[in-house]
Amino acid sequence: MNSIIFTHTFRFIILALLQVLVLSHINFLGYINPYPYILFILLYPLKNNRVIFILISFLLGLTIDTFLDSGGVHAAASVSIAFIRPFILKFSFGAVYDHQTMKFSNVEFGSKLTYFAILILIHHFILFSLEIFNFSKIILILQNTLFSSIFTIILCILTTVIFSRRN
Amino acid sequence: MLYLLLFSLAFVFTIQSHSYHKSKFINSANFLSGGIYNSINDASEYLNLRTQNTLLQEENNQLKSILFNKTDTISKTFIDSTYSGTSYKFSPAVVIKNSYSLSNNVLLLNKGRRDSIQQDFGVVSPKGLVGIVDKTSKKYATVISILNTSSRISAQLKKSNHFGSLIWNGKSPYLVQLTEIPKIAPIVVGDTIITSGRSSIFPKNIPIGTIDSFNLDTSQNYYVIHIRLFNDMTSLEHVYIIENKDANEINALINNTNE
Repeated sequence: MNSIIFTHTFRFIILALLQVLVLSHINFLGYINPYPYILFILLYPLKNNRVIFILISFLLGLTIDTFLDSGGVHAAASVSIAFIRPFILKFSFGAVYDHQTMKFSNVEFGSKLTYFAILILIHHFILFSLEIFNFSKIILILQNTLFSSIFTIILCILTTVIFSRRN
Repeated sequence: MLYLLLFSLAFVFTIQSHSYHKSKFINSANFLSGGIYNSINDASEYLNLRTQNTLLQEENNQLKSILFNKTDTISKTFIDSTYSGTSYKFSPAVVIKNSYSLSNNVLLLNKGRRDSIQQDFGVVSPKGLVGIVDKTSKKYATVISILNTSSRISAQLKKSNHFGSLIWNGKSPYLVQLTEIPKIAPIVVGDTIITSGRSSIFPKNIPIGTIDSFNLDTSQNYYVIHIRLFNDMTSLEHVYIIENKDANEINALINNTNE
């Protein structure tokens, strides 16, 4: 149990630092940045206390917000995906999830990709809607959401592939 | 329930960050994020020393040419001995966090209340306008960049005195927009735009950029002018903070008149 807490604390700090110091300054093609800090939320243990999980996600978002001076946009987006995660899990993994036996290290690649893609798209859409905060710029919101999501999905999948433990 | 509570809390922070000078808690001018950015910047500033040196040299060159071509004003006698003639005080600072790809960009400087920096001081770079100080902590200050959709700065044409507000439409970090210039103003592509000195923040004649293109707004009475900035907002390092020592007096006077 302690090792799980340690791993996740470590992951929280590393992902947050990596996000604010490196990944938010990529500005690919001028404005495209990935936000793979939400990998923390995506890979959070399945058997969890829902309240603590949502609180931690809020805290993670707020940390990113503090560094990037973005008000509460990351906090709002993170807490939303933490809230809807169980439904998306059920949708993408189906029966495996229902039996409470699945682990992220040994699921099918296809369903993992679906799971990541859906949550990342939702997160980025909320993020950019709140950041731009102007409904007349819906095209800009969708464009940013799409490009950043592709970037984030690639980074998240790569990270999980590189750091997966081979049994 | 908890979700709704936290989401609305985050939403409130967001709304606050969109209204000028309202965001109270969440900003990077605290000791933790400021400290981390500062130590990272200590290391990374070595990487672009060469370009920054060139920039500073250019500025020195410009200042020298002004100094040596200046007519003698020192020998004139001041009638009022308490009035020194300088109401603007400049102090140097370093940008330790730059940002230009969001729609509300905020910079972080390594000077704060300890260096008597306060809200609403102006920030300029050797080449032109940068922004206005927003939040300050003991050692750090955040700056609302001109690349921020909530920023409004008074600017004018250099060759005539027509003035308007400088805003940003959130698209390109090289172009800002000047609105409310009346249709009657003579404007040509390539003309220089400077600060107007009509606010208590910036002195007059700080260069901003040149006219890139212009068109009439929907009411057909005012121009919307796209301005290409002199500053490269994507690589800022050394900047100057401007304090207007008369700002309190001016603001008090304006408030009195309005009441």
